[in-house]
Amino acid sequence: MRLGLILGEAANGLRRNVSMVISVILVTFISLTFVGAAILLQMQIGQMKGYWYDRAQVAVYMCTDVDTTGNCSQAEATQAQIDNVKGQLDSPTLAPYIKKYEFETHEQAFENFKSQFSDLPIAAFVTPETLNESFRVNLVDPNQADVLIESLSGSAGVQDVQDQRGYLDQIFSVLNAASATAIGIAVLMLIAAVLLIATTIRLSAFSRRRELGIMRLVGASNRFIQTPFVLEGVFASFIGSILAGAAIVAIVQFFVRGVLQQTLQSTTTLVGLGDALTVVPILIVVGALLAAASASVAISRYLKV
Amino acid sequence: MIRFDSVSKAYPGTTRPALNSVSLEILKGEFVFLVGASGSGKSSFLRLILREETPTKGAIHVLGQHLNSLPNRKVPYFRRNLGVVFQDFRLLPNKTVFDNVAFTLQVIGKSRGFIQEAVPDALKMVGLAGKSNRYPHELSGGEQQRVAIARAVVNKPAILLADEPTGNLDPATSAGIMTLLERINLGGTTVLMATHDAGIVDQMKRRVIELITGQIVRDERQGGYQTQAVPVQNFGGFAERVINTEVAP
Repeated sequence: MRLGLILGEAANGLRRNVSMVISVILVTFISLTFVGAAILLQMQIGQMKGYWYDRAQVAVYMCTDVDTTGNCSQAEATQAQIDNVKGQLDSPTLAPYIKKYEFETHEQAFENFKSQFSDLPIAAFVTPETLNESFRVNLVDPNQADVLIESLSGSAGVQDVQDQRGYLDQIFSVLNAASATAIGIAVLMLIAAVLLIATTIRLSAFSRRRELGIMRLVGASNRFIQTPFVLEGVFASFIGSILAGAAIVAIVQFFVRGVLQQTLQSTTTLVGLGDALTVVPILIVVGALLAAASASVAISRYLKV
Repeated sequence: MIRFDSVSKAYPGTTRPALNSVSLEILKGEFVFLVGASGSGKSSFLRLILREETPTKGAIHVLGQHLNSLPNRKVPYFRRNLGVVFQDFRLLPNKTVFDNVAFTLQVIGKSRGFIQEAVPDALKMVGLAGKSNRYPHELSGGEQQRVAIARAVVNKPAILLADEPTGNLDPATSAGIMTLLERINLGGTTVLMATHDAGIVDQMKRRVIELITGQIVRDERQGGYQTQAVPVQNFGGFAERVINTEVAP
């Protein structure tokens, strides 16, 4: 009886305020889509960090006979110089930081280069001699690349010591900026959504003020008066969050898994449907909580006894 | 049943209190008229009993509850023991007579079965048994007030508060409403009625409490709207007006 009555009141309010309810649905939909996109971007950054930091190496490039930079003077690094660097990598000072290292000869570098850039015209002009020999070092802790850079960049025959994470950090800072932008827009939109829900509920309460007055007079409990309005707000934002969840799943399914995956092939890992599906309940809960909170604040003015 | 102990009520921003040190007691089953000019504090008095306001000073006890210390969340449950009727009826225009009366019971969570029994009973009592499917705008003023009374008493309250219930009605219809209130009073309900209708007060010969500028100037058993017992000078502006009308040809 009571439940039916409360639901009936809520449905009545929704019917009376259709246009406002639709605007609430749209605003929650858009704001929560941005929230979801921000969460997905963070997930993507986390996945990429995990994937790439494991593979990121410190490369110690040895001189070729065309190099002039670093410690090179257009002379190929001698076997003694290479052995010296190798000795340093094996020495007790550096060995604890190093997980493993490999030496890449001119020929191996050439093979790698050819496979990576096979479809570019430059591949035809490169000869093995112009590509540096290098040590590829995997560190125990990728954050300690500076130790290696400091100890080795001064050594004879070393052209350069590079931490490959430097390239990744640029990508991550772009992704982080995108994620921050999404969060910023989401926050603004959420504020708009909250205010809009509050206005809608006030409007709904105003159109029912006669009933509310009589309810208070005859002793309806505050919860009884409040619940239909809260339900109204939660219902509208629930639809909005469902739409936002659908949008997030669609973005992952058709854009990330479809377009991006095709373009990037297997060069990196991307967020999948599983991640999208974990975001959906977060969106629904956030939407419902915000709506319930703002609706109960908005209605509290009508509950003063 | 209702007890005021030197109750004062001052609204913020005003110097003169709406009620000034009012003490009185109304017993179970009494029929009490509350008379006085507009602004004399009648409405504040009723609002204090309803706990729509809390007193600035003094203590109010209604139905064994100390209203000063009644927490807000318990107020709705307290109000279920009171029935209220207004001058402007305050019916819901989009609900039928039956639904208007049933609404009261629905919102306090009564069962469907109880409503199906209690509402026709109340409508029969006020003499509207055949009109339960009408809408308020299809009824006369007197009939609308009867619906409002049915709504106020359907939950069998111990106290019925009526704020000028006959203020919008012609004398004949008012008499009908008074008969109805009297019958409700005979059933054991305490009735407290604020009114300007001198004819009704004089005719009913019930307890009369008169307020002037927030103070009780008269509390009389079987009194009339005005009485010779009170020196006319004490009426202030109101009395002067009365005297002027008497002097005028």
